[in-house]
Amino acid sequence: MKSYHLDHLEYLETEAIHIMREVAAEFERPALLFSGGKDSICLLRLAEKAFRPSDIPMPFLNVETGHEFPELIEFRDRRAAELGAKLIVRTVDQAIANGTAVPAPGEISRNKLQIPVLLGAIEEFRFDCAIGGARRDEEKARAKERFFSFRDAFGQWDPKNQRPEIWNLYNGRLNPGENMRVFPLSNWTEMDVWEYIKKERLEVPNIYFSHQRECFRRGGQWLPVPPAHTDATKPDPYAGARPTAKEPIKTLVVRVRTIADMISTGMIESPANTVDDIIGEVSAARVTERGTRADDKASEAAMEDRKKAGYF
Amino acid sequence: MSNPPTISDLRSPISQSPSSGAPVELLRFNTCGSVDDGKSTLIGRLLYDSKSLMEDQIEALERSADLTGGGQINLANLTDGLRAEREQGITIDVAYRYFATPRRKFIVADTPGHVQYTRNMVTGASTANLSIVLVDARQGVIEQSRRHTYLASLLRIPHLVIAINKMDLVDWSEQRYLEIRSEFEKFLPLLDIKDVKFIPMSALNGDNVVDPSKHTPWYVGPTLLGHLETVHIASDLNLNGFRLPVQWVNRPNNPTNKELHDFRGLSGQVASGIIKVGQKVMVLPSGHRSTVKEIWTYDGAIPEAFCPQSVTIQLAHDLDISRGDMIVGLESLPGMGTDLHAKVCWMNARPLQRGRKYFLKHTTQTVQAVVTSIDSRININNYEVQPEPSELVLNDIGEIRIKTAKPLIYDGYATNRLTGSFILIEQGTNATVAAGMLQPALEAVKPEYNDFAI
Repeated sequence: MKSYHLDHLEYLETEAIHIMREVAAEFERPALLFSGGKDSICLLRLAEKAFRPSDIPMPFLNVETGHEFPELIEFRDRRAAELGAKLIVRTVDQAIANGTAVPAPGEISRNKLQIPVLLGAIEEFRFDCAIGGARRDEEKARAKERFFSFRDAFGQWDPKNQRPEIWNLYNGRLNPGENMRVFPLSNWTEMDVWEYIKKERLEVPNIYFSHQRECFRRGGQWLPVPPAHTDATKPDPYAGARPTAKEPIKTLVVRVRTIADMISTGMIESPANTVDDIIGEVSAARVTERGTRADDKASEAAMEDRKKAGYF
Repeated sequence: MSNPPTISDLRSPISQSPSSGAPVELLRFNTCGSVDDGKSTLIGRLLYDSKSLMEDQIEALERSADLTGGGQINLANLTDGLRAEREQGITIDVAYRYFATPRRKFIVADTPGHVQYTRNMVTGASTANLSIVLVDARQGVIEQSRRHTYLASLLRIPHLVIAINKMDLVDWSEQRYLEIRSEFEKFLPLLDIKDVKFIPMSALNGDNVVDPSKHTPWYVGPTLLGHLETVHIASDLNLNGFRLPVQWVNRPNNPTNKELHDFRGLSGQVASGIIKVGQKVMVLPSGHRSTVKEIWTYDGAIPEAFCPQSVTIQLAHDLDISRGDMIVGLESLPGMGTDLHAKVCWMNARPLQRGRKYFLKHTTQTVQAVVTSIDSRININNYEVQPEPSELVLNDIGEIRIKTAKPLIYDGYATNRLTGSFILIEQGTNATVAAGMLQPALEAVKPEYNDFAI
């Protein structure tokens, strides 16, 4: 007898495809947030599965902090071109130059500065919906997030006043100026993402695999040494993010587990060279994925505060 | 494990994640109970005893233990993610948790028990295979126990676990366990729940959660996790009566591949049943019949598809079909109509009143709807029916009649959770204000067109 039965990855896939198609059908101007990271790589495959043989009916959007790993940018641009998608990039540098983003004195991370850039891009292109790769298993505040996450005209998330989501009926109705963030991978775990990458044979940027890199120790993490500052006519974009004399540089065999930018991504020492190696590592891991993210360590409620302000 | 967890217990370096590669089944469940019944503690215990906790989560627990718990670890802090929740020791919203054992993966909806309980429980339970109703062994069956059991039955959750918790506080008395069990068995026959399991436990100490308790030699059943790992869920899927609500029409623009010039795909998620290439189907509301020419997927054409796969099908005839239409099998036709009878759970502070207009979202279509009458309000604490109430307020369950501007193609909720459910959306604020479960149609659709489309 034939078994009409889905395993857990097939179930997560069909759920995510359903959500992507709801977005295409119910919103006029959706965008898909694509950074080149592993979660958004899965989103692209799900978009292909949802919409082929048609074109993916939405542009890709990425917000650059200016501190990206060059490997990630190269990968992002190439994948967008291969899929025939329009890629829109907006940067924190532009936003600082035109005054819409104002750096806090002494703060070198540009993580929070992505918020006005993202909101600016939503306004510029009049996007009514942005699909993102966030997962509920990443962080406690995210565990309360909806698939369709309503944002008011200021881009804010109000966790106490979320729309109930019942069965597979998603309420995407908006008034002018409001928008929706949609997270098709809400129910995926880090392990599910890697198992899906394996099953679908998805290419990922090589920084996810073991390589030699110069690192230094700060805040309990191995941070990558930023690229050399060559253009003396401009200020060093990595000022403050370079190792001091008290932070010796070591060459280590490392990889990234989760990618923010170069100044907020902790490298993990790892010999994992293949997706199978990574799956083995994740299943034996004793630290959550976000444990290597400096941006989440700021306080217990760091993610909640950023999400309320309009973060991804 | 019979003592409250210590930091060193939590650090035991064992991983029980599923070995990669092997297909693993997914079980979705929700937990419900009133305040202090120990819901969050139970989930924390499942995560902890199944070795699903990570070092940094344990560190965060340690930090909050020093801050608010006087050094005692509070497993509830694992699920209470928002600042207000930790400060006030409450859970505000449905929180989702994920853990895995070598046998299954689990998605847990932790639904808070105090304010908004009905709304949150309906949300968390709507996608669940199984509900866990927690009962404090000292208190036995209270109003909330009846309420949660009723809601589980209203939503037609296939499996129910009555977790009789805090057994340590009644000296592990078998007699107390049997008393509570017989209290439940007095009213369970009023509710249509097929599979009910009673488990005596102490979530705080871990007895009968993951490891069998040495305090309950009189209990021969499985531990909670043992039950979650083995309860038969394969038949929970609805494989009767094919239904495909059309979600998105897939027509490539200027395809470079000439074969795609005439591609007209109907994309959607199979809501029930099985569809095969060559099978005859009907398109509703038009009533046109056609044959399935191809079931297209990104990974290649497939000979058949079943619930809940997301697919794109092509029919033999070029029919005018759009989002909101439904493709159905001929062997069992759904109902179709504008006058609907439904049970609703009201989820908004502004009450439901007769004559008010809402948007109604059902499968993939959203239509205007007006509430023509409120037939009854159901007291979910004692199951009494109050006829013709003037309104339904937040967390009320009632039976209503609705008239829609366009016909719905639907089944009764009892036979089809996806084509028998809807939500109501308030016009203006766009808030989701109700979850609705349709009564079956009095008769199946009788389409005007019975011929194959030309």
